[in-house]
Amino acid sequence: MAFIGLCDCNNFFVSCERVFRPDLERRPVMVLSNNDGCVVARSNEVKALGIKMGTPLFQVRDLVKKHNIAVFSSNYQLYGDMSHRVMNILRKAAPSIEVYSIDEAFLNLDEMPMDKLQPFARDLSARIRREVGIPVSIGVSPTKTLAKIASKLCKQYPALKGGCLMYRTQDVEKVLATFPAGDIWGIGRKSNAKLHSMGVESALDFYNLPPAEVYRTFTVTGLRTWKELHGEPCIGFEDVQPDRQTVCISRSFAKEMTTLEELDAAVSTFTGKVAEKLRAAKQCAQQMSVFILTNRFREDAPQNFQMKTTLFEVATDDTLEMSERAAQMLRQIFRRGFAYKKAGVMVTKLTPKRGVQQSFMDTLDRDRRAQLMDAIDAINRTEGNYTVRLASQGEMDQFSARTMTSRKFTTSWDEIMEVKL
Amino acid sequence: MSDKSELAVVHAGFPSPAEDFMDVALDLNKELVKNPSSTFFARVKGVSMIEDGVGDGDMLIIDKSAEPTDGCLAVCFVDGEFTLKRYRNMGDYALLMPANKDFKPIRVDADNQFAIWGVVKYLVKKV
Repeated sequence: MAFIGLCDCNNFFVSCERVFRPDLERRPVMVLSNNDGCVVARSNEVKALGIKMGTPLFQVRDLVKKHNIAVFSSNYQLYGDMSHRVMNILRKAAPSIEVYSIDEAFLNLDEMPMDKLQPFARDLSARIRREVGIPVSIGVSPTKTLAKIASKLCKQYPALKGGCLMYRTQDVEKVLATFPAGDIWGIGRKSNAKLHSMGVESALDFYNLPPAEVYRTFTVTGLRTWKELHGEPCIGFEDVQPDRQTVCISRSFAKEMTTLEELDAAVSTFTGKVAEKLRAAKQCAQQMSVFILTNRFREDAPQNFQMKTTLFEVATDDTLEMSERAAQMLRQIFRRGFAYKKAGVMVTKLTPKRGVQQSFMDTLDRDRRAQLMDAIDAINRTEGNYTVRLASQGEMDQFSARTMTSRKFTTSWDEIMEVKL
Repeated sequence: MSDKSELAVVHAGFPSPAEDFMDVALDLNKELVKNPSSTFFARVKGVSMIEDGVGDGDMLIIDKSAEPTDGCLAVCFVDGEFTLKRYRNMGDYALLMPANKDFKPIRVDADNQFAIWGVVKYLVKKV
């Protein structure tokens, strides 16, 4: 039997904050989304208070006061760096890993002898806690779907010490009986509603459905999940990220924008970021869209949503070319008299840079421009983001209002920890 | 034409005698940061460790994973604050020793909120 591990960082953003604030270890803590809008991470204490993921801050102001909840704006620079640290430890510990999100990764444990799996998970968990300070839950099972469930078990049972091996049929069935069907990895909200109407409540109920019925009701994806619960691996291990099909950067603004100049700066910044991402992935885009929209929650103000899309003759990853085109499109869709809440830039029809079709009508010296972009990227990598940028570009940070951000403890010399003597 | 001949001279010159002995240049990062995952930097503020050579504004290279040994220079978290002291394990309690005769040792036991956050591996001073 081959095994797969899932390492999931417990309440990741909250745990990152706690590393630098040990006094918050037992206090309720939560982290807010961009613009401090809603709750995106909760400590166990906050969960116990019944505050749900995504709750707008203003709805829980009283609870925050009453229970002395520590509230943080999101500090993505910090979370990104802490995530790297965790992933690097995982990379050294397992033959290969698949980074699934900022706080989750699958581990390929094919070659590990069965009797080593449980201590491996437990030791790795302790090591990450000791080295980075982040508590993690590592589930080990024959399939990804079961590994996810096993990792959740670690959170419920501290006695497992952050590592849980689950594979025996009787164990799996016992666990599934207490696990809500809607929480199974791959069961979406829609399927969950359908399960409800069929009287399927626990994961075990789903597990006990005849496969033909699962296939009929939930198609091949549902059947895949069902098989995975029965220990048959159906979701492969992807240690190489598949090429992205689209890149989109958009932000809601802290303060609504009414002038073209303000939006210009935002769109230019987003375009620069999109181009940078394309270059990092060695991809080029054939198609680009710019969109702007007003605040749809404000019934007192006029509403407007506008989007414009353009095709490039030659697929591109060039900041200058893309920014110029984005600014043109913005001019075409911008209307005076509206207060815009959000803007975004999206590229689609992506191709690998190496396979880009040239055009003899091309007016750009693409080799020279590629050298320029390489030089800019290299400088920004070593000297810090935004060292070299277009005059019209700002920094991503300026478009969100975050008033309760902790320091960039690990990515900015001016903000490293302070130790009293 | 003269450009070309100049280039040719450079290329036809003797190969560097050092070529076969090329080494990778020294990298402070590699020397001072043995485990990047567990290494954190901090700035110190205050004078309580001055006799140990640690002064205001110095930078600490901290290994969060290192096991604290008796007498080590430790970043401690005591009652809501990070402080740098020599750690003395006294069994039932611990003493956090300053290095400045104007300061007294701090005694910590089970009643304090106390943890050793990390162990200082290097001290970086600007001179």
